[in-house]
Amino acid sequence: MIEKALKGSPRYFGVLMAFLAIMGIGGGFYLVQLNNGLMITGLSRDVSWGFYIAQFTYMVGVAASAVMLVLPYYFHHYKAYSKMIIMGEFLAIAAVIMCLGFIVIDIGQPQRMLNVLINSTPNSVLFWDMVVLNGYLILNVVIGWTSLMAYWKRVSPPAWVKPLVYTSIVWAFSIHTVTAFLYAGLPGRHYWLTAILAARFLSSAFCSGPAILLLMTLLISKVTKFDPGKEAVKTLSTTITYAMCVNVFFFFLEVFTAFYSNMPGHMDPILFLFSGFEGHTYMTPFMWIAALFAITSLILLIPYKWRYNRDVLVPALILLVIGTWIDKGMGLIAAGFTPNPFEKVTEYLPTGPELMIALMIYAVGGFVLTILWKIALEVRAEVEGGL
Amino acid sequence: MQRSRRDFMKLAGVSALGLSAGTLGFLGQGAQAADALPTATDFAKPITAKQWAMVIDTAKFDDALFKKVITACHAYHNVPEIPGKQEIKWIWTDEFHGAFPTERPAFLADAQEHRKYLLLCNHCANPACVRVCPTKATFKNNEGLVVMDYHRCIGCRYCMAGCPYGARSFNFRDPQDFIKDMNLLYPHRTRGVVEKCTFCVEKLAQGKMPLCVEASGGAMIFGDLADPKSEVRKVLKEKYAIRRNPSAGTEPSVFYIL
Repeated sequence: MIEKALKGSPRYFGVLMAFLAIMGIGGGFYLVQLNNGLMITGLSRDVSWGFYIAQFTYMVGVAASAVMLVLPYYFHHYKAYSKMIIMGEFLAIAAVIMCLGFIVIDIGQPQRMLNVLINSTPNSVLFWDMVVLNGYLILNVVIGWTSLMAYWKRVSPPAWVKPLVYTSIVWAFSIHTVTAFLYAGLPGRHYWLTAILAARFLSSAFCSGPAILLLMTLLISKVTKFDPGKEAVKTLSTTITYAMCVNVFFFFLEVFTAFYSNMPGHMDPILFLFSGFEGHTYMTPFMWIAALFAITSLILLIPYKWRYNRDVLVPALILLVIGTWIDKGMGLIAAGFTPNPFEKVTEYLPTGPELMIALMIYAVGGFVLTILWKIALEVRAEVEGGL
Repeated sequence: MQRSRRDFMKLAGVSALGLSAGTLGFLGQGAQAADALPTATDFAKPITAKQWAMVIDTAKFDDALFKKVITACHAYHNVPEIPGKQEIKWIWTDEFHGAFPTERPAFLADAQEHRKYLLLCNHCANPACVRVCPTKATFKNNEGLVVMDYHRCIGCRYCMAGCPYGARSFNFRDPQDFIKDMNLLYPHRTRGVVEKCTFCVEKLAQGKMPLCVEASGGAMIFGDLADPKSEVRKVLKEKYAIRRNPSAGTEPSVFYIL
């Protein structure tokens, strides 16, 4: 089956080459980072995690979102997802690979990475995050590959795949829950120190991940003959809408708790994000854009007539993705560290090299995804053409 | 684990004895400027405790004493002087609102407001940094010291996110160029690892007091928190002392007499 990745149109290889080129450029910057250390980033003593870890967090959500297809398909035998399911699983693979990549580029001594295994420390959430991420990667590779192989050979998937599928459903929730626990259990970081953080992570994942999947699927259906099916697009967009409503609702729960209680520690990070803190307003434009995009996307998505109209759906999903990305991929980490436990603000914005290195990881994900989706689409075309 | 660490220190002492017989000229200026190398006898009488703790008598400090104390620590431990927000600090000062933000006194007495406070790792009884470290590079030893194995540290900086006292610094770059006079008795760190105050675990192993305590001339009191007869307990019995951010539940072992 893998040979299907080796033949293709000039456009397919063009896309792969473009990703390789970005990886090459980003790789150059990563060499600079390896030689000089993380000094090339905008990180500091006060804001010790930044863009890399934020992208990791966002991508864990994208990876976890495959469950929004897997669950209805396998639990409720919702057949409309039969064409989409493999796309979701393969997107999860690419997303987890990106997650691991973002962690590797973030650590100061990457050559000691395996210390997490060698000196495995169960009291550290980071250890469990490594376990769940790698486990989810293996699950999706095995499930995705085996079921596609079975489909290709026109047989039903082997019986042992079923228990793995059910495991992967629970596992998907676990990867984002454990990732939320990375943050949620830290004293002195008020923005993260909240019981609803894992729930917020999941709700934001279950809208943004499927939105990315749907956008890319619609793009693929424009450039190839692949058709996800009207029903699938309708249902998935409805799932996205519900998840986004929950996501916004959860955010307002945080706002209520912080401002009705009037406790400075809880209010300060939200003030920092939306109105600035002690004159530091560099995050506020981003956060207001995120809020505006989130609300607009809901206005466009909630009326089903608009939602089922692709001309409205696509821009609405784009707004949703940008909004949730700013919230999680920028705001979450910044507000965790700002203001710091001493109520001081150290500004953090990623540097150029930092962005380029992150782009390298995104290109790795794009490269992996292009190949996986190419295989899946070729197999489908072959099987359906042969029928 | 602890046993073997101590054995290693002893062995290092014995080796050092052998070395000190030579001139050490090949090590350059730094070695000569520093004290004599510790010998095996130094390590024969370590001072021990169940939970080392420190009391800082804040009224006794002035700028000169702060400088003396911080220099004693930073010079010996090769703490680099890196300007800007990627700096490295083991022991430093801040005003009241920065040191004790959770206290929030509305009208602070002049004496306390215009004072600076000496800050360092609290060597918490229940340290968040140890809980989050994925490789046990940060660990708590049998004497309540929160110490680091720099060779295990992968530089994930989770301890920095976990510490509610900002007591940890990350080597964003190679610190070598920012160390004025390298002290060859103590290793400097590599880039990509986190570092912090160790309550001079290496001095305690030699039966000596931490360098800052020695330099403070009595303004800092050091001892075993678990021993009612210790110096720190005697002071705490007489004077009202507070700890930084006690609501974090980490049980800091550094006390401040206001």
